[in-house]
Amino acid sequence: MTGKPVLHYFNGRGRMESIRWLLAAAGVEFEEELFETREEFEKLIQGGALMYEQVPMVEIDGMKMVQTRAILRYIAAKYDLYGRNREEQAWIDMYVEGLRDLSDMIMFFPLSLPEEKAMNLEYILQRATTRFFPVYEKALKDHGQDFLVGNRLSWADVQLLEVILMTEECEASVLSGFPLLQDFKVRTSQIPTINRFLQPGSQRKPQLDEESMGTAKDIFKFDRGMFLKNMSTIVAEY
Amino acid sequence: MAGKPVLHYVSARGKMECIRWLLAAAGVEFEEKFINTPEDFEKLKKDGSLMFEQVPMVEIDGMKLVQTRAILNYIATKYDLYGKDMKERALIDMYAEGIEDLCQMFRVLAVCLPDEKESKTSLIRDRTKNRYLPAFEKVLKSHGQDYFVGNRLTRVDIQLMELLIYIEELDPSLLAPFPLLKALRSRISNLPNVKKFLQPGSQRKPPMNAKQVEEARKIFKF
Repeated sequence: MTGKPVLHYFNGRGRMESIRWLLAAAGVEFEEELFETREEFEKLIQGGALMYEQVPMVEIDGMKMVQTRAILRYIAAKYDLYGRNREEQAWIDMYVEGLRDLSDMIMFFPLSLPEEKAMNLEYILQRATTRFFPVYEKALKDHGQDFLVGNRLSWADVQLLEVILMTEECEASVLSGFPLLQDFKVRTSQIPTINRFLQPGSQRKPQLDEESMGTAKDIFKFDRGMFLKNMSTIVAEY
Repeated sequence: MAGKPVLHYVSARGKMECIRWLLAAAGVEFEEKFINTPEDFEKLKKDGSLMFEQVPMVEIDGMKLVQTRAILNYIATKYDLYGKDMKERALIDMYAEGIEDLCQMFRVLAVCLPDEKESKTSLIRDRTKNRYLPAFEKVLKSHGQDYFVGNRLTRVDIQLMELLIYIEELDPSLLAPFPLLKALRSRISNLPNVKKFLQPGSQRKPPMNAKQVEEARKIFKF
């Protein structure tokens, strides 16, 4: 046991990617145990390490933590990326929850039924440019600071950069109406820990290709179109 | 600003109910402004009151908080229902997020189309019986204490209370194999603030009827 956090997931972004980003931004080295088959996943379940039989799971500080948000909050609090008081925490929570809604849509997009793909992509980009990005552009404009909350780096900034890059992968020019977000992207990418994570060879995972999509489907048993819109919240059952 | 929190939502459980529960359990009086028509919702959006054009929204301590989890986190922190340190918070979050996953299935069931009801109900039953209740029973068994975390009341006990009521409304027999959860439910419902909230006439909302679902569809366009 090295004392480093150990991430248990499959070899893809999914819900673990935000955790990789946050650990990396905090300058925390971590190890990964990535399973590649349904059998390996079931072995992990049978071992009793997964409270709800689900991943992500992160071994950290003697705990086997599950639930993405629980893990993210713990890391944010531990590495002082969660604001200085209750009010800053509330702003960070609002910002990251909004980003989670958008990133979930993008995450589930590859699982669209073929005939829905174009429509879903349009929906994602419409939401990104009319509901979500304007909020963050306005936040930066209103206080004129380099970071979203409290004039220093927080979980919200790390997640915003992650989601900006994910959205640009859907549509390269998506930030064209958002000059402050463009500056934010450049500036935040240059923070040394984050910059290192953006280099080739880091533990950052690439987008799902057809093959890894197939692997994910086998492991997690996704077997139908799961892109559901329900009051603008994506609902998945698995 | 010392006024009471003001909750903005439709007059239904939805995503606001867990917030009502937590405020009530903390003994915090609150007001509600109901969205009754699509026009009410449009007005709220045009006001700029809703960060992501969504509700729930809670006016509290000079802020207009949105996003259910942000609101719950703030209330839990403010009223000391979030554990005493980071490690307790980690456990609380793990349990609360699991509870929320199952609660969300109930919410979706409440508004789903008639031909989806059976499959969704069946999935909820399976998850309740085989995934979530066993996990929570195991936690209580592991420490033998009266509350989930830190041997005192936290948000988990309250959020679970809400969930157990939904499970009972679906099928009381689902709780039968879980004696520690049943005992906790009984204990929590006897806490004075919770007891009051469980009485008729409180701000607790009933299950939606078909008409309310239709109205919600019109307002939220789903």
